[in-house]
Amino acid sequence: MSAEVAIRHRQGDFTLDVAFTAAAGGVTALFGPSGAGKTSIVHILAGLTRPDRGRIVLEGRTVLDTEAGIFVPPEKRRAGLVFQDGRLFPHMSVEKNLLFGWRRSAVRADAAQIERTIALLGLEPLLARAPKHLSGGEKNRVALGRALLASPDILLLDEPLASLDAARRADIMPWLERLRDIARIPIFYVSHSLDEVARLADRVVLLNEGRVTAEGSVFELLAGLGAEKPLGAVLEATVTGIQDGLSTLAFDGGTLLAAEAGEKGRRVRVRIGADEILIAREAPSAISANNILPVTISDIRLDGALAEVTMRCGAARLVARITGASVRRLQLAAGIAAFAVIKSVIVEGG
Amino acid sequence: MRILTPDEIEALLLSLKISSVAVAAALPFAVATALILSRSFRGKTVLDGIVQLPLVLPPVAMGFLLLVIFGTRGGVGAFLKDHFGIVLVFRWTGAVLASAIFTFPFQVRAIRLALEARDTGLDEAARTLGAGWLDRLINITLPLALPGLVAGAITAFAGSLGEFGAIITFVSNIPGETRTLPLAIYTALQTPGGEAEAARLSGLSIVLAFLFLYVAQLIMRRTVAGRER
Repeated sequence: MSAEVAIRHRQGDFTLDVAFTAAAGGVTALFGPSGAGKTSIVHILAGLTRPDRGRIVLEGRTVLDTEAGIFVPPEKRRAGLVFQDGRLFPHMSVEKNLLFGWRRSAVRADAAQIERTIALLGLEPLLARAPKHLSGGEKNRVALGRALLASPDILLLDEPLASLDAARRADIMPWLERLRDIARIPIFYVSHSLDEVARLADRVVLLNEGRVTAEGSVFELLAGLGAEKPLGAVLEATVTGIQDGLSTLAFDGGTLLAAEAGEKGRRVRVRIGADEILIAREAPSAISANNILPVTISDIRLDGALAEVTMRCGAARLVARITGASVRRLQLAAGIAAFAVIKSVIVEGG
Repeated sequence: MRILTPDEIEALLLSLKISSVAVAAALPFAVATALILSRSFRGKTVLDGIVQLPLVLPPVAMGFLLLVIFGTRGGVGAFLKDHFGIVLVFRWTGAVLASAIFTFPFQVRAIRLALEARDTGLDEAARTLGAGWLDRLINITLPLALPGLVAGAITAFAGSLGEFGAIITFVSNIPGETRTLPLAIYTALQTPGGEAEAARLSGLSIVLAFLFLYVAQLIMRRTVAGRER
């Protein structure tokens, strides 16, 4: 149960040439700047665009194979697509919108599943409303529900949060996290927001100018990415204790202290900014920072006056952005053992 | 005091009947034509020209052409009479045909504008949700083009009430059969002392035209307001 994708497509000056796979029940982020070809890929996956050459296998079903002349049209493809702008049918109530795909689905969800989806997305109070009386975030939730109720083999989310402001985005994120945790189909999440990808995705396909530049686990790939505020690390951790208002979070390379991470046993995702990590050659004492992790430096990349230092802490990958002067003064090099002093961490429900 | 004489009421009702049937009969063809014209294809300009032709054609010449084609001795007319017993000439159904042809461009234009202004993204969304071609036409495209359909139908209806030249040439001026409002006005003017009747009927025609245009505007505004997202 998975998705296999290989596409070659020319559109004017733009050439798309990508191949990647996605696992069932996981979120694969298609991440890259605008113009990288993210939306084109999603349209090709849904069947709305027919590529020059390619092969797409969804859940073991070949829906596109230009060599063999196979092209399953979008209405038969069972690929749920949630558009950037929701695209709810304005002449139908929320309920009718939700059931539009369900009515036309070959494998209809039963009443209990419909109830569950409506409850999962908190749509109960909206059912009788017209789309024009919904807020942006509500429209997105309805669009998500509508796509889910059509029982798709794959779910494609094309920047579903792009049209929302920061507050609304924060509102809808928990819904998406719940969806990720229960969905048994591959989910492709298109985004150019590093934070969204770090919160939601399991795997990342990095795209640039129509090509895949890297593909792998979100914990491996995201550290070091981002121009303005680069990410230092994305970790998955378990809450193991709570004391003095601080939670202890255990991850593969040790433990972290963080504020308010929920009850014991909860799985959470931790993000650390690359500017929030300091490097010390010796274990610092008498320091205000709570989190000091022993690490091994694996790579140093100089970029002008700045340096990006990649470190290993157990299986976790950390990237710190410090100055080149500091690298020279501390005589940092690959293979050296050091300590990462972490100023602040961001914890999100996982 | 009676405002209208029985003859005048007869002309009014006949006009309403002919116009409604003409608009209703032309509607499916207008929708089909508008759908074809809202896509791009080879020969689109030619089809567009043919559809627009009645706008520039002299009505009397058109009426004569219809007489030649659909007269009982004309090719199509003889065929219809011999095989189906349908006679159009000098009948109200002939007036319906003439009205339908002349108001066809109005209907096609209004529907086409509505179709071209539609959000094709909704069509894509419907496709990914499993809706095939006809399904989308019935459940998405046409309901969303409804303001255009209604506006086109009412404009065509109002325009059809005024059709004169083609009707009088093709189906003549028979009271109770083909004497519509404009023909009744013309007849009144031909009759000594008929000016008062002509004035009443003209006033009636003008009021009707305003009324229908107003209703068309109202429906369009309400439907558009209801559809905003």
